[in-house]
Amino acid sequence: MPTITMAQALNTALRDALAADENVVVFGEDVGTLGGVFRVTDGLTRDFGDDRCFDTPLAESGIIGFAIGMAMAGFKPVVEMQFDAFAYPAFEQIVSHVAKIRNRTKGALSVPIVIRIPFAGGIGGVEHHCDSSEGYYAHTPGLKVVAPSTVEDAYTLLRAAIDDPDPVIFLEPKRLYFSRADVDLAVGAPLGRAAVRRAGRDATLVAYGPSVSVALESAEAAAAEGHDLEVIDLRSIVPFDDETVMASVRKTGRCIVIQEAQGFAGVGAEIAARVQERCFHHLHAPVLRVSGFDIPYPAPKLERLHLPSVDRVLDSVDRLQWNDSADTRWAVTA
Amino acid sequence: MHLEVDVTLVEPPLARPYRKFLPAESAVQYLDSAGGLTESEARYPRPSDDRLVEMHRNMVLGRRFDQQATALTKQGRLAVYPSSRGQEACQIAAAMSLRPGDWMFPTYRDSVALAARGIDPVEILSMLSGDWHCGYDPAAHRSAPQCTPLATQLLHATGVAYGEHRRGRDTIALAFCGDGATSEGDFHEALNFAAVFKAPVVFLVQNNGFAISVPLARQSAAPTLAHKGVGYGIGSEQVDGNDPVAMLAVMDEAARFVRAGNGPVIVEAHTYRIDAHTNADDATRYRDSSEVEQWLGRDPLARLEKYLRGRGLLDDASAAALTAEAESAAAELRAGMNVDRVADPMDLFRYVFAEQTPQLREQQAQAEAELAAESEEN
Ligand SMILES: Cc1ncc(C[n+]2csc(CCOP(=O)(O)OP(=O)(O)O)c2C)c(N)n1
Repeated sequence: MPTITMAQALNTALRDALAADENVVVFGEDVGTLGGVFRVTDGLTRDFGDDRCFDTPLAESGIIGFAIGMAMAGFKPVVEMQFDAFAYPAFEQIVSHVAKIRNRTKGALSVPIVIRIPFAGGIGGVEHHCDSSEGYYAHTPGLKVVAPSTVEDAYTLLRAAIDDPDPVIFLEPKRLYFSRADVDLAVGAPLGRAAVRRAGRDATLVAYGPSVSVALESAEAAAAEGHDLEVIDLRSIVPFDDETVMASVRKTGRCIVIQEAQGFAGVGAEIAARVQERCFHHLHAPVLRVSGFDIPYPAPKLERLHLPSVDRVLDSVDRLQWNDSADTRWAVTA
Repeated sequence: MHLEVDVTLVEPPLARPYRKFLPAESAVQYLDSAGGLTESEARYPRPSDDRLVEMHRNMVLGRRFDQQATALTKQGRLAVYPSSRGQEACQIAAAMSLRPGDWMFPTYRDSVALAARGIDPVEILSMLSGDWHCGYDPAAHRSAPQCTPLATQLLHATGVAYGEHRRGRDTIALAFCGDGATSEGDFHEALNFAAVFKAPVVFLVQNNGFAISVPLARQSAAPTLAHKGVGYGIGSEQVDGNDPVAMLAVMDEAARFVRAGNGPVIVEAHTYRIDAHTNADDATRYRDSSEVEQWLGRDPLARLEKYLRGRGLLDDASAAALTAEAESAAAELRAGMNVDRVADPMDLFRYVFAEQTPQLREQQAQAEAELAAESEEN
């Protein structure tokens, strides 16, 4: 088995999709000769021609609006936003048109565009090069939102996203681009299925994208303290796999959601609410969230404080009232 | 278009190449404001008599449709209606310049253009009557949903034109926008994308003087809106938007020009919105009635009628027949709008994704249960 990086797995997914379907086109800023700033589109122009992978003018709204028109002409655009924090000029096109066109036209038109966005932090990026924007997209009906956490999934999920008849916001964790694994790449499950990354009995950690590895590390550390934690990797935030998450929480009775994004009104809040609504009688403790602070994405030197750490997850594990009577933290004092 | 004038013959190559993108000094005009022929020679071939007669028919029907739609707002049948009165020549010439396979990208105001494309008026007004966001089938009619977020549709037009071009088809796209929309970023991004990708798009700017209440002088300091093509390297033209003959001549030529693979063009039509921005707007707050009066004197329909009568292409009998046709179309529209069309509540969940998510299935079941309980109560 070859050892490859996540960026290479994504590149292979694009290659295979371009080869499999001549309607697939890749475009964006610097995706041609340069191969993208993270090299995800490396060599695609050389190998498929600049009809299939091409540079556009530097205009995010333009890229998405243009992609909408190309999708109306039957193409399957896979576009790259250079960084999460630079996708905002395109927000109007994404929210007003990409997400709504099927609905507005009662299904007469659809725009199955894949919008690839390098996302989240942990790379010490300068200002406006890191953001956790999944909440904005997940809150928009009509968009699917996907975030791989493994090299293997990066391939599988991107292929599934390109094959999907709906628009997909495909979030690529920047800090995992150059993580490596020995894997065989293959087309696999459709979007919307979570994966149990580690089986456990005592509590469920729910995570996606870059936080999955934090969850797994936390689970290893907790094991040393005698807690057997299950780790669920959502893979797809929308559609959300209630089944897998709820089955796990019903089994363990405790749940912690981990996300890098600011916590307030975020994806983690949604998950906590869903778990609480569906598994209340199985819960032995409140559902907890471990998230970034409610601050604009911090400067590189302080990033470490913002990102959920293993320690912070373990603190939350401690707060899960392993012994109800011993923990008074949830008591409301008059 | 104007682009074709090769000024490099009189200037050294590469000297001030932008000049070939500058719009002409004046707007194309065939008819004076009273409908007589202008003295000056126009730059494009005059449309055939048959086409002008067809244009006239569309204008009579279009104006009656517009008037009926405005009336329907008073009866509460439409939530709101942005009138096209005074802008019929622009919209109809645009629609007539297209072949059936071409794409049209209208704004909320371009209902008359949609009617001229042959779309059922009841379907056109369905969005404004609250039934659904797009009342017609955009794929079948090659007409995108009427776009409300300003200038955003110009990029879609550019993408589809490029996509069709890539497929080797000679399909073009025509995108409408107003003067206000030319200030939006997407307007500029669309012009630039279209120019870079040589996309066959005609951008028609209906400069009707106002963006809601804001006059053109507050919108742009450019000499004309047609000048906005210069910086992007695309050809441009200005036309008297209340001169139906000029409008049709220019739009036909623009369509031919982009279809021939010359890249996009921008056409600025100088026109005027006779009614308020919508029925809900009070235009007396920001403009003088004398200004409106002046423009009423340049009414596009009256101008074309005078011209056609002068050439023996319209007489009292054919005018009366046309009026009758428009009346019966209006009656049909009224009847169509007075029918309470039942919206299927489950449509709410049907068109979010190609396949429902588990969450939407749950929510649909909830809505169904609520409806069932409601009908049991009644
Ligand atoms: C992005 C956006 N901002 C604001 C509005 C609200 N709005 C609707 S119409 C309009 C004026 C548009 O003027 P113009 O482009 O000249 O077109 P006209 O209505 O005169 O045909 C405004 C501000 C909008 N629809 N979209």
